[in-house]
Amino acid sequence: MNRLPGFGASPGVTTSSRSVYHLWQGFSVGAVIVGALVIALMLWSFAFHRRKGDAIPAQTQYHLPLEIIYTVIPILIVIGLFAATLVVENREVANPKTDVNIDVNAFQWGWEFLYPGHNAVVFGQTTQTPVMVMPSNENVHIQLTATDVIHGFYVHDFNFSRYALPGVYNDFTFRAVKNGTFFGQCTQLCGMYHSLMYFRVKVVSPAAYQAWLNSFNNAKAAKAAQAAMSALNQQLSTDVATKPAYGG
Amino acid sequence: MTDTLTPAVSHDAHGHDEHHGPSGIIKWLTTTDHKIIGLSYTVTAVMMFVIGGLFAEIIRFQLASPNGNLVSLAQYNELFTMHGSVMIYLFVGPFAFGALANIIVPIQIGAPDMAFPRLNALSYWLYLGGCITMLSGFFTAGGAANFGWVGYAPLSNSLNAPGAGADLWIGGLLLTGFSAIFTGVNLCATVFYLRAPGMTMFRMPIFTWNLLVTAILILLAFPVLTAGLIMLYADRHFGTHIFTNGGGGVPVLWQHIFWFWGHPEVYILALPFFGMVTDIIATFSKKPVFGYKGMIFATLSIAALSLGVWAHHMFTTGVVLLPFFSIMSLLIAVPTGIKMFNWIGTMWRGQVWFSASMLMAMGFLFTFLIGGLTGIYLASPPLDFMTHDTYFVVAHFHSVVMALVFGAMSGLYFWAPKITGYLLNERIGKAQFWFLFIGTQVFTFPLYLLGLYGMPRRMALYPLDPQWQHLNEISTFGAVLIGISTVLFVVNIGVSWKKYPAGDNPWDGHTLEWFTTSPPPHHNFYRLPKIRSERPTWDYNHPEHVALAHGKHEEAAK
Repeated sequence: MNRLPGFGASPGVTTSSRSVYHLWQGFSVGAVIVGALVIALMLWSFAFHRRKGDAIPAQTQYHLPLEIIYTVIPILIVIGLFAATLVVENREVANPKTDVNIDVNAFQWGWEFLYPGHNAVVFGQTTQTPVMVMPSNENVHIQLTATDVIHGFYVHDFNFSRYALPGVYNDFTFRAVKNGTFFGQCTQLCGMYHSLMYFRVKVVSPAAYQAWLNSFNNAKAAKAAQAAMSALNQQLSTDVATKPAYGG
Repeated sequence: MTDTLTPAVSHDAHGHDEHHGPSGIIKWLTTTDHKIIGLSYTVTAVMMFVIGGLFAEIIRFQLASPNGNLVSLAQYNELFTMHGSVMIYLFVGPFAFGALANIIVPIQIGAPDMAFPRLNALSYWLYLGGCITMLSGFFTAGGAANFGWVGYAPLSNSLNAPGAGADLWIGGLLLTGFSAIFTGVNLCATVFYLRAPGMTMFRMPIFTWNLLVTAILILLAFPVLTAGLIMLYADRHFGTHIFTNGGGGVPVLWQHIFWFWGHPEVYILALPFFGMVTDIIATFSKKPVFGYKGMIFATLSIAALSLGVWAHHMFTTGVVLLPFFSIMSLLIAVPTGIKMFNWIGTMWRGQVWFSASMLMAMGFLFTFLIGGLTGIYLASPPLDFMTHDTYFVVAHFHSVVMALVFGAMSGLYFWAPKITGYLLNERIGKAQFWFLFIGTQVFTFPLYLLGLYGMPRRMALYPLDPQWQHLNEISTFGAVLIGISTVLFVVNIGVSWKKYPAGDNPWDGHTLEWFTTSPPPHHNFYRLPKIRSERPTWDYNHPEHVALAHGKHEEAAK
């Protein structure tokens, strides 16, 4: 698969972003072959079946074997695409057990990242661009919700997006394989400053992640984290939060 | 084969003034003639296309630079909301099942008018009222609706969208929704009860077939939208909490209701144009529709599947069953592919005549191929997670909807004689085609790439990235070319005004509308040919060239 072109997409930096990328490549190969065939047939008839006079061509209306062929082959292609989809999808939506948990709360117009069991809290509005810090080569479980309207949690280098829905906790897991800072943004229209609702994801080594968490081990940070957590819980309790019906 | 049915009313008796009645504006206001109502629909819908297109041009110029300051953040939200709303609710749909269907379907089945002419008039006036209501939001203090054409709750509740513009949007949509429902009732009744003697179901032209299926989909889908809009209005004004979280409501419920209408709606918009280009390709290839019955079954299965795919718009909500909606959505590719091959089969070994109408139909085929293939990606949840709410999705549905614009233009050039009695200028029509064709591809291709590079939709501003900016500039250039093509169309109407008399059958057409005069008389026909296939006019003009299955011609020759 690595020899294939990307067809505009990029592999990204998580394990699932890479399998999604390979799925993309597979779909693209199919699309290019089918598209080229159809365009070739169209151009052929443009070139060779163009009007040459007033003669009336043979009035052929049915060719049953041919019609069966171009019904059955697309069905087989669709089954193939669906099977590949299922394999990638089941891997992507799995939530293996992990110790790294981040609660993400989207609001008009910014993001809040809480680290349950730790004092770390990251909060930022629009151009303040809050940074979600997470370790590489570890499963990172995200619990996503929103407190006002629907937002979209989207990280291009993760090839992933998910709605932040008020009243719903959405769970998903990332495993980043590369350190770096990646661009994130709200993708679901959420009002006036939607286009400025940025964030960053900073993937660091597990040791650096621990060091970053430990930097919050002081009384002031503990107080701030407690306040943030209780404020969020109060907001969510009035929202009658529920688990999603399908654990996405 | 040359004898015809005895006309119910002889030509001579009708020869003088066939219909005594008011003229001018009184005639327009009081008419129940499906052709005049259809013409009103056509003119109104094309005006909506121009208005929606102007919004699109403003959007594209705002995005030509990352920090565009042509409009404010708030105005930008209003503009793309109203661009989408005008194009989907007020242009494509009403043009498809209000304008051309109204004029052509009764004639194609040999009927004198629609089954319920007064209901038909009511449909038009509701639609016009809906257009004015929705657009009048711009004249309110708070501006027009600004929550996207999908109106997702809770962004559309009274807290987040307090202005009157939002209520006018709901009201306008309710009015056009009722208009659509009444048209659906009318089309069903017309097709089931007013077919001429001999016009069995499997002798109906594909255009009429597709409009019948469209009408059934309208009757299944639009009442759901109407109910949803009333619930949304109750949430805004009567203190209910159906879609608001705080009182125990569920915001995602709006998405379920909206898309339960919204996905069949995609086919309500598309099927009429599929039917239109099917008849047009057959006419300009001098051949019968290849796989006529397969085409009808493909349309029926698209309609059936379209009722079970709504949640593919909601894959990233995390609250829908992914595999079910994925396989249902992927399966739609099969009947759509059958149609594509049938269109090519119709041209195959034909005498393909590239009139302006046929060129537009080819523009439809190519653009719809791109839109269809990229739609297959989006039926796969992991690929949808990757591209959801980015410009990839915007590019996909603009390819699809621009294909429908090609279909609309193809239909107008084809049926102009039956609307006005005159042809449109072919040379300007071909120039319009090339601007529209090149413009559409130059407009959409950069958007596909922008989506894959991570640019989200509905953003008035975007990060300073030279690559994003260049792609946006190219796309804006494409939008300008599309704008020029629209100007050429308006110019063409002016240039061709009462200039090229068409005659009854300028294209050697197959179906009954080409048997009557251009424009048809008040009740459409002075006489009818024998109807023994789905091509009665062709059979009348070319009795020795009947449609046969592959390999049967040799047998017939023996």
